[in-house]
Amino acid sequence: MAAELTGDGRGGLRRRAGLRLWLAGGWLALMALVAVFAPWLAPKDPLAQDLFLGRLPPFWQEGAEPGYWLGTDSLGRDVLSRLMHGARIALLVALVAGTLTGLIGSALGLLAGYYRGWTDTVISRAIDIWMAFPPVLFSILLVAVIGPGLTAIIVAIVVIDWTRFARVVRAEAMAQGAMDYVTSARAAGRTRAGTLLAEILPNVLPTIVVLLTLEMGIAVIVEAILKFVNLSVSTDAPTWGGMIAEGRTSIHQAWWVLVFPLVALFLMVLSFSQLGEGLKDRFDPVLR
Amino acid sequence: MSYLVIRDLSARLKGDGTRLLRGVSLTVAAGEVRGLVGESGAGKSMIGRAVLGILPRAVELTGGEIRLGGTDLLALPQAERRRRVGAACALIPQDPMTALNPVRRIGPQITDPLVDILGWDRARAERRAREVLAETRLPDPDRVMRAYPHELSGGQRQRCLIAAAFVAEPKLIVADEPTTALDVTVQKQILRLIAEMQARHGTALLFVTHDLGVVSKVCQSLTVLYAGRVIEDTTVRAFFRAPAHPYSAALLAATPRYTDPEGSLTPVPEAVLAAVRAEVAAADAGVAGAEAARHG
Repeated sequence: MAAELTGDGRGGLRRRAGLRLWLAGGWLALMALVAVFAPWLAPKDPLAQDLFLGRLPPFWQEGAEPGYWLGTDSLGRDVLSRLMHGARIALLVALVAGTLTGLIGSALGLLAGYYRGWTDTVISRAIDIWMAFPPVLFSILLVAVIGPGLTAIIVAIVVIDWTRFARVVRAEAMAQGAMDYVTSARAAGRTRAGTLLAEILPNVLPTIVVLLTLEMGIAVIVEAILKFVNLSVSTDAPTWGGMIAEGRTSIHQAWWVLVFPLVALFLMVLSFSQLGEGLKDRFDPVLR
Repeated sequence: MSYLVIRDLSARLKGDGTRLLRGVSLTVAAGEVRGLVGESGAGKSMIGRAVLGILPRAVELTGGEIRLGGTDLLALPQAERRRRVGAACALIPQDPMTALNPVRRIGPQITDPLVDILGWDRARAERRAREVLAETRLPDPDRVMRAYPHELSGGQRQRCLIAAAFVAEPKLIVADEPTTALDVTVQKQILRLIAEMQARHGTALLFVTHDLGVVSKVCQSLTVLYAGRVIEDTTVRAFFRAPAHPYSAALLAATPRYTDPEGSLTPVPEAVLAAVRAEVAAADAGVAGAEAARHG
């Protein structure tokens, strides 16, 4: 495009990154609003059953009932209201589990990558051992031990996924630690901890942010999977994973019970990863 | 009284015990510029790094002393040593492309030592940084302070690093091949700038290089190293008139000259290399013998 043919060839890239950031961020903000205000926004009680109104189709199809915009499931519960309430648990798990995983994993990765020596040996061996466990079985085992519930899910995600951060952040910290500006900072009298925080962390931060958003997406999926295998939150609280599990049984009679939570899940995970990519470009002083 | 005194400094690789420095002694007086020359791997950078306390992890010092203004640095506890070196010494690094933190603005990177080590308040440190940047003749110091490293050229970045080295008025600066990574045309300007600022501030300068042409322009005294051993310690004037050691003479003869590009590219003759290697081995044997005698 003629408008983009400026001296700086990075103009076009910047604009695209901006659009992506706004779309993803906007969708997540909307989801957050819905989650927070679900009790007031939801048109129906998400748990109220009405067997006479079972398997109503969404509003544009023949036989839809006014008020039930996205139809009902086999027990006559409103799909839209259940989706809105499900967003609360999805976002809660994403934020809490993602942040905790990121904090713990990044801290260990930074320590291992910059301090090296025995610190690195201990942390790296722990990562190796951890990654030898099959993650799905490990999480099912953890939830079985701790007992089902939201806390168990969050603990399971943190305990399993910290290695994801630790590995990548360690490699990045190691690469940055070998740069001359770190040597210069040390020569100028900075302590090791000071160098780690002031020189290395800012360079590793974009990576951490991208991983963090990916991890939030993963947390949403893990929660849905654990719910799907029936190890999550108590069965009456509506979650997307639970809705998918229930919708699967009536896919031929009522596709909407399965498809709407799937779409919600997909959009949220996609938004998280796109938000990460967009933020990374924002952080990069070369692209800014 | 010399400001920096290195006496009998030895270092080796931790793993296989390869000797990197073999009893190096040298001095730099206040306001003096001493060149440190030798082939790759002769240990010239290692000496500068030992002084600043930034040796690579795999290298350990095995003996000797480094005195800075009369205090033996190696006898000090780690934290005290870093504080002292940070306040009194600075480094001009080799590669300006990697020596600045890419995600931080130039200003804070120059004021860091003032604020963090000397405890100045930020406004005063920034005023000082602007002064030093102006001294390096970078146009528009205010804009430079706000810039990120990628917005500046290699020469501009090296000027920023020189400003950062001089900002805290150090007594000693270690310049580790500060012009090697630059274009030839920029090299000359940077050399002149370092010499000029060194003279104005009266800083002692340990100038690590493999370029004898650079030495003749900037330095007053000179230490020639081979395999971590001092081969010759002399004044620049005496060296260029008549090098005392056959190896230094061969090194000088190997310096490229623009007037005779074909003839001047002579490598150091094998016989000279064999002689200098034998000398190093003999010295090693002497040290080992003395140690055996002491223990036996």
